[in-house]
Amino acid sequence: MRLVRLADAARPRAPFTLDGAPAEALAGDTLLTAILTNAGHVRISEFGDGKRAGFCWMGACQDCFVWVEGLGRTRACTTPLAPGMAVRRT
Amino acid sequence: MRVAVVGAGPAGTRAVEVLVRAGHRPVWIDEAPANGGRIYQRPVAGTTRSARDLYGTEAAKAKAIHALGDRLRAASDWRPETLVWNLRPGLLDTFSAGRHEAIRAERVILCTGAMDRILPVPGWTLPGVFTLGGAQIALKAHGVAIGARVAFLGTGPLLWLVATQYLDAGVAVALVLDTTPFRTKARAAAGLLAEPATFGKGLALVARLRLAGVRVIEGGAPVAIEGADAVASVRVRDRAGREHAVACDAVGLGFGLKPESQLADLAGAPFRFEPTQRNWVPEHDGTGRTPASGIYVAGDGAGIAGADAAELAGARAAWAAIADAGGRVEAAEVARLDRGLARLPPFRAALERAFPYPAALAARTPDGTIVCRCEAVTAGELREAARASHVTGGAHEVNRAKAFTRVGMGRCQGRLCGPPAAEILAAALGCGIAEVGRLRGQPPVKPIPIPAEAAA
Repeated sequence: MRLVRLADAARPRAPFTLDGAPAEALAGDTLLTAILTNAGHVRISEFGDGKRAGFCWMGACQDCFVWVEGLGRTRACTTPLAPGMAVRRT
Repeated sequence: MRVAVVGAGPAGTRAVEVLVRAGHRPVWIDEAPANGGRIYQRPVAGTTRSARDLYGTEAAKAKAIHALGDRLRAASDWRPETLVWNLRPGLLDTFSAGRHEAIRAERVILCTGAMDRILPVPGWTLPGVFTLGGAQIALKAHGVAIGARVAFLGTGPLLWLVATQYLDAGVAVALVLDTTPFRTKARAAAGLLAEPATFGKGLALVARLRLAGVRVIEGGAPVAIEGADAVASVRVRDRAGREHAVACDAVGLGFGLKPESQLADLAGAPFRFEPTQRNWVPEHDGTGRTPASGIYVAGDGAGIAGADAAELAGARAAWAAIADAGGRVEAAEVARLDRGLARLPPFRAALERAFPYPAALAARTPDGTIVCRCEAVTAGELREAARASHVTGGAHEVNRAKAFTRVGMGRCQGRLCGPPAAEILAAALGCGIAEVGRLRGQPPVKPIPIPAEAAA
């Protein structure tokens, strides 16, 4: 899956790293938007049932937690991307 | 009186407005950076879209709530980006920007809103499946579509609204499947005509989708969402029982709304099962006052009634709190609010009858399907728990099923799996849905870092 940008794409670019690899999103994006415009999932279920990519987008389902250097475990859908963030999905 | 308002959607904003007008300076808390709630969620900073683009026919209301919220920030003790993770007598346990704080308040008005209610469908945990609310937030707040070719499965006004919003945004809508048959909606039409404007808007949405050539199935059922690592297609059954496979790369899924009422639960408010909504709701006296001392509820968190009702209910609950603290109440204003609130229940009941939760489908969730996505608990495990012959008997209610299977024990605290788990359990036990109860709330209502909690 990949999110499709439809509006407000003229915002300044914001670089970050995803699992150590350089990636790019836009200023003002949440981590969930930033990750899913670059990759197809945000986490892997601890129970062996595969990849997850968030679900509710409103801070309720808690299914989009990632690791952010300096912040620790972070909910992607409600956390704004800061330029230079190092995000890990595992 | 030290009063706190939790939530900054339509209900919370109007509650704070009244409190400020009556000379109070409430603590006002929301997880978001600005007010508006989910219905009027503000767009990403730097947006070039207008309020009309973002909120459609509700643009004027959204702008009014935003302007009011901006004005009330200075007049209140505004705490944005703050989670209330527990409610104790006279104390709100909060967490914000890495810092824990217990905030004192004699009275608390809970305006905690609602979220999508789910029917577990095989494959619903695949990347690319989002709630209808999530699909809408992606589009409106973040300017992204959840995919390039999207199927919408569910029931309720939001199903048709979000599908139309995607269509209007230029996204290919592969399918709209409503589990409610047309005749069920038609039967409720008389009641819906109590609000002709809203009813008309709904009909217009369906007509627009059909005119645009979108494939629409009413009275059908989702069979599975399929794909290896992400959504590739959905399989659905139409009313005649024929199966159809529809290619898509994302799915919006939702079957009405449920209250976000964990804090009212922790505060000790009793709950009752509301059969029309098929939801558990905190009890209150019609003004928002719950039997729990100093605890008030308003808006969708007190039972689904929509944004317009939430504005009235938030204001009304604030007056109830003011009256209980011995403050002066503006009688004419309270009477106006009460009149407005009295008009709403018949329309809401008709809406619930028009789009019922597909309880029979939930009860038939295939054994291998994940119900609790936090703990990967399947429908089959729940049925086993119901049959289990433990010393103390099988799981005769949901909290016991939780102890046996971990359903609802994960990070989301049963927000998603609670309603379908109850349906599956009730069907397995052969009892009524209300008899299996509801998952009790536990603090923290959302995850907080362990060191922060330990420091409390």
